[in-house]
Order: sequence, then C-alpha cells, then structure tokens
Amino acid sequence: MSTEAPHSYDAPAAPTRVRRPPSAQEDLVRGFWQENPVLIQLLGLCPTLAVTNSVANSLVMAIATFFVLVGSSLLVSALRRWIPNEVRIASYILIIATFVTVAEMGLQALVPTIYKQLGAFVALIVVNCIILGRQEAFAGRNPVGRSVLDAAGMGIGFTIALLIMGSVREVLGSGTFLGVSLFGPRYEPWVIMILPPGGFFTLAFVLLTVAWWKQRQAQKEKAGRVRDAMTEGRAA
Amino acid sequence: MGDLTWIFFSAMVVNNFTLMLFLGLCPFLGVSGKIETAVRMAMANTFVLVLTSLAVWVLNTFVLTHAPYLRLIAFIIVIAGLVQIVEMVIKKLSPVLFRALGIYLPLITTNCAILALAIFQTNRSYTFAEGLVFALGSGAGLGLALALMASIRESIELADVPAVCRGTALVLMIAGSLSLAFMGFAGLLSSG
Repeated sequence: MSTEAPHSYDAPAAPTRVRRPPSAQEDLVRGFWQENPVLIQLLGLCPTLAVTNSVANSLVMAIATFFVLVGSSLLVSALRRWIPNEVRIASYILIIATFVTVAEMGLQALVPTIYKQLGAFVALIVVNCIILGRQEAFAGRNPVGRSVLDAAGMGIGFTIALLIMGSVREVLGSGTFLGVSLFGPRYEPWVIMILPPGGFFTLAFVLLTVAWWKQRQAQKEKAGRVRDAMTEGRAA
Repeated sequence: MGDLTWIFFSAMVVNNFTLMLFLGLCPFLGVSGKIETAVRMAMANTFVLVLTSLAVWVLNTFVLTHAPYLRLIAFIIVIAGLVQIVEMVIKKLSPVLFRALGIYLPLITTNCAILALAIFQTNRSYTFAEGLVFALGSGAGLGLALALMASIRESIELADVPAVCRGTALVLMIAGSLSLAFMGFAGLLSSG
C-alpha cells in the first residue's frame, strides 16, 4: 500500500506533458507560487527592489501593476486576431503604455503622497518585463477568459512577492508595519534595510530561501523515487 | 560648466542608475558573467541613452507641449522605433559592430534605464546640453557597475560557494555590497 502514494502523486503530472487543456483554476493559481513571476521566473526585478521600502508603497505599486497587467491582457487577447504578427510587440507596448497612463493619473488623483514617493517607477511599469512577457507568452494566443485569469494570477504572484519584500524591509528598517510601530521606541531601526543595499540583500535572502526550499523538495522527491525503485526491485 | 560636471558625476556615481536607483537590472544580472560582454552591453546602452536624450529633447520642445498626457506613450514608441532604426543602420553600415552588439540592441528597448532617463530628463527640465551630459553620465555609470560586477563574477567563478547560493542570490549579494560601497559617494557633491 505504501508504494501507491508516490504513483498517485505522479499521475496528474503526466497528462500536462501531452498538453491537456488546463482548467481555469490552474490558469489562475499557477502564477501564485509555482511560476511566481518574481521569485521563480526572476522578472520585474526593478520595481521589486526599488519601491519596496515600505508596505504601503509595495501595495500601491502591486495594485497598479495588477491593473495594467489584467487590462492589457484583456485587450491584447481580445484583439489578437487583428494584430499583425510583425508589429505585435509595438502594439502590445502601445496598449500597455495606455493602461499605465490611466494608472498614473488614477494614482496621482487618489494617493498623491505615495504617488510622489514612487516617482518615476509608476511610469516604468511600461517596461516591466512581467507584463510584456505575459502578452507575448499567453494573452497573444489564448482566449479572453483564460488570459484574464492568467494575468490575474501573475498579478497576485507579483503582489505576494512585493509584500514579502516590503514587510521584511519595513519591519527591520523602520520597526513599523504599514506605519504602525511594532517594537516600541527603544528599537534601533536597521536603516540600511530601507536604503538601496537593503533591497539587494533582502531579495538575495528571499531567493536563497526559495532555492533552499526547492532543493529540499527535489531531495525529497529523489528519496521517494529511490525508495520506490527499491520496493519495486524487491517485488520483482 | 560646473553644473554639467555635477550632472555627469551625479548620474555616474552618486545616483548610479543600477546600484542606487535599481534601473537596468535585467542586463546587470543577465550579461554580467564576462567582462567582455559587459563592456559591449554598456557601449550599446550608452549609445542608445544618448540618442534617446536627443529624441526626448526634440519631443519635449516641439511636440509634447501640445499634448502632455501623451508623454509616456510618445516616449516608449520613439524609443522602440529608434532602437529598431539604429539596429538596421548599424547592420547595414558596420556588420562588425552589429555582431559585437548583436542581441543586446533589441533588448535595450525594454531596459528601464532608457525610459527612466527620458522621464528624469523631462521632470528635471534639462536643457539640450544638460540632457546630453546626463545621458553620458548614466551610460558611464551603467558601464562602471557592469564592469565591476563582471570582474567580481569572473573571479568568484572559481570560489567554493555552497550550491544553494549559486546563481541570482549570489549576484544580488554582490550587488548589495557594491551598492553599499557606492553609498559612500553620497556626500561627495553636496558640499561642493
């Protein structure tokens, strides 16, 4: 009986290799962790490092990116039959830039202080590789519903990554979370964490954790396979 | 003249695009494995930065005064078109240079450093000469960061680093230390 578990675990993975159309849920959830745009695919690192010196900034940036990502995926996917292949990248960029302009004006009106702190990085959403990457890899060749789900999943994955970075940096760097003091007045903040080097170090440690987790996962799987082979060999 | 020097060094070291403002990280992490490719990438970048600065000056002076809300769209379209034209021209005129810059040219379109230069130049309302010097300074800064990183990575190749740290995490830690070093320049210009 004990040998059955690994087999049943392997079974659902096999059909994806022969391109079974994935369910709506898979389209959405894939971006959260398994193909997280920042932590696994290492895309969009500029905003991940630049605006995560506080949780509020990270959140606003993540929401703006989410809006642009979902909006442009919707439009690109709806127009995919009319966009000629030769000028698709230029068309995608034009669509993205339009949504970014909308987002920029929206932020300027709704949260002017944070907009000022984010500075040029709101406009720089245009060149965020996550967004162009999703248009090229997914929205340009899939129906509207799936593209929106995929974009939403990636957007949430990006939000998760930004929030991890922002929380670590704000808690250590200012001793606060969303502006609320955590450790009382005697806490000496690690100022370096909210300065540029802190961004690099935090992302390095987050990626280290991910790599360590992946390595453990791989070892476990390998151990499982070896055990499996041994029991099979014994049976034969 | 003093102003121009200030702009150059500010863009190059004090507000280094890569290490202080996190711009252009993709090439910084991607092509900093070998010093030779790093230098070529920096050259291509500086070239496009200067051209962008010129184009942005033209746009800001003659076109965008009539339609400021089209700023972002105009910038990105002009940059994308510019890179494409430059690529074609170089391919025709100097195949040797084209091979040297090769794949890096099209990649530069989506390099955030270029668009950021356009936006900074607009926000700070630089004149023609200031914009040009700013572009040269940021290009030199990108080159400096890339060259430093590439030489460190070349020597760390032989070091005994735990397998789990290899790859991006290690590069980011080096970048953090470099960034820490560059913070030392912060007081350089305020007194002068």
